[in-house]
Amino acid sequence: MNAAYTVRLCHLYPEMMNIYADRGNIAVFRQRLAWRDIALEITEIGLGDIVDPGQHDLYYLGGGQDRDQNLVAKDLAANAATLQAAADAGAAQLYVCGGIQLAGHQYVTADGTSLPGLGILDLVTEAGATRLIGDLVIDATIEGTTQRVVGYENHAGRTRLGASCVPLGRVVSGHGNDGESGNEGAVLNHVIGTYLHGPLLPKNPWLADLLLGWALEHRYGQDVALRPLEDAVEARAHTAAIGRAGVRR
Amino acid sequence: MRRLAGFIANASGWLSRRLGRGGGTTLPGVVLLKLRPHALAEYAADLHHGSILVSATNGKTTTTRLLAAATRVAGYHVVTNTEGSNLERGIAAALLKGANGAEVGLFEVDEAALTSVAASTQPQVVVLMNLFRDQLDRYGELETLVDKWRDLLDDLAAQHEPPMLVLNADDPNIAALGRDRDNVVWFGVDDTSHAVAHLAHAADATMCRNCGAPLEHTVVLVGHLGHWHCPNCDATRPSPTISATQIALTPSGQHITVRYPTNAGPPITMTIDSPLPGLHNSYNIVAAFAASWAIAARTQRPQDVDAVARVIAETKPAFGRGEIISIDDKRIQLLLAKNPTGVNQNVRTLLNSPGELHVLVLLNDRTADGQDVSWIWDVDWEPLRPRLASLTLGGDRAWDLALRFQYGGFDMDKIKVAPDPSNALDIALNDTLPGQTLHALPTYTAMIDLRRVLTQRGYTAAYWSDE
Ligand SMILES: [Zn+2]
Repeated sequence: MNAAYTVRLCHLYPEMMNIYADRGNIAVFRQRLAWRDIALEITEIGLGDIVDPGQHDLYYLGGGQDRDQNLVAKDLAANAATLQAAADAGAAQLYVCGGIQLAGHQYVTADGTSLPGLGILDLVTEAGATRLIGDLVIDATIEGTTQRVVGYENHAGRTRLGASCVPLGRVVSGHGNDGESGNEGAVLNHVIGTYLHGPLLPKNPWLADLLLGWALEHRYGQDVALRPLEDAVEARAHTAAIGRAGVRR
Repeated sequence: MRRLAGFIANASGWLSRRLGRGGGTTLPGVVLLKLRPHALAEYAADLHHGSILVSATNGKTTTTRLLAAATRVAGYHVVTNTEGSNLERGIAAALLKGANGAEVGLFEVDEAALTSVAASTQPQVVVLMNLFRDQLDRYGELETLVDKWRDLLDDLAAQHEPPMLVLNADDPNIAALGRDRDNVVWFGVDDTSHAVAHLAHAADATMCRNCGAPLEHTVVLVGHLGHWHCPNCDATRPSPTISATQIALTPSGQHITVRYPTNAGPPITMTIDSPLPGLHNSYNIVAAFAASWAIAARTQRPQDVDAVARVIAETKPAFGRGEIISIDDKRIQLLLAKNPTGVNQNVRTLLNSPGELHVLVLLNDRTADGQDVSWIWDVDWEPLRPRLASLTLGGDRAWDLALRFQYGGFDMDKIKVAPDPSNALDIALNDTLPGQTLHALPTYTAMIDLRRVLTQRGYTAAYWSDE
């Protein structure tokens, strides 16, 4: 493919933060761009690596096992300023599961240790006594559009939002951020945090295209529009997953 | 009172079978544990040679079957749960059934249930084979499970007679469990000719459990199993006591050479032809050899190694683990799809068959399958792409599979989706030509569904499911 346009993706700690098939989200970015003749260039960041300031249009951080997440939390501090600057410049960022916890101000573990986060999303997370596990269906509202988004959640963290960010959506069924507030995820400009995996993007291509649109806008301004895709298989899987969640509720 | 509880529990199983309800193999265990919560310990105490426990993410069913054959041919009166559940209730049911005169209890145990089962049964031999990422909604993180197993082995070491441990040297997490312990029999695969280039995607056990540094693998065999060492400390793959020194994989099984220690003199090697396909089964075979050696050592009985080798060679694939069913002039091979590592091995087995491939994948998301279907994205399906003649997708979450293959770059014109297992089977068989094999990869409950369809059509014997 000799693409005229390229999205530059920075994948944060893929070797450690990949527990809920985060690879699927990356595959969706790649294919949905390829179908529109747009290239995807991926930079993988590991422990000790420094993110190149201003060189990426899209950032992704998934979830990991507790031990790996603790290691990543320490390592992220060196990249916090770069990631904050990217968010301020309008680059798209997606933080899933462990990712949303690390994107907040801090994460307090079960033994009371406080791990500092990136502070990009105005939220704090505290480990709860139980894990919140199961199908998760929400009505997500971004830029005035509301869509039903479906996936699975499995997290011990209870996340509470501060004043400067709004939830990604309202819980239709499942637990969401804390199992109480009815909130799920967080949005601030072009930064999205969420507990939804499954993975998130294959069954919710609307969110994938939203992020890709922001990424293209970051690089090329308003010049590049994403051609609509048929998304027939996506729609069938989306419907089937909502059906299963309904049965099990 | 114990006899009364046993009688009532047995009667419940009989009644269930009479009513055609199924579940007749496990229900007595449920009833027994309800009536006598300590029944497991009570019955296990009656076993003259005690209990042997086998646990792992992958391969415990096949290994337990191999070991049961090896133990029986060695002359022990064995009770096992290979036909039933691998939770406490299944083991209770097996013990109840074998209450008259069994000397050895040989049990396959669910990874999460191992701690409580071991506490009740006070095992003489514990076989730990591997831990892979599996059904996170049920088992939680792998790290947590490894920690639990370590605590368990610490507790068992304080037992009056600590058990012999039969451990996989090739799994860094399992090897770490045996570090600095006595009574360990190590097994592994020494033949490096089947190595793959990289650790599997999203591999676990990449960090040294002794010092935290990233481990180095010189040879990767299955998932994260292989030849490994820590570049930062002295942790390294233990040298196996019993190992597979040469393996030739064939479409219908394998020729495997096992090096086996003798009481006096140098180790012997023997080569067997096994109908169990794939390198993952090489591990199961060598684990069974190692465990049978440990049992003989523990019970101080001489061993007829040739007889053990003969029955291991004769053991056919367990239910859904590569078994082949004839359907008129076509064949179906059933390969249970459990988790990424298991399915990656199934894919390797398929690629080992000649010619174009017809594949049926069935994905359910019920409790026994794991409700979270994310894991299908961690499977490396892509090597199948150039070999596929047809691909049919079914089960409750057939459309999730379709998405996985679509985003994996598969030709969607070759893919058919039919959630109903009976319809999916018809479509897949229709695409399979006479003389060809349809490879079916169902998740656990989908396999039960598929088996039911096959039974209704008169192709297999009835099977009592535990679900
Ligand atoms: Zn080390």
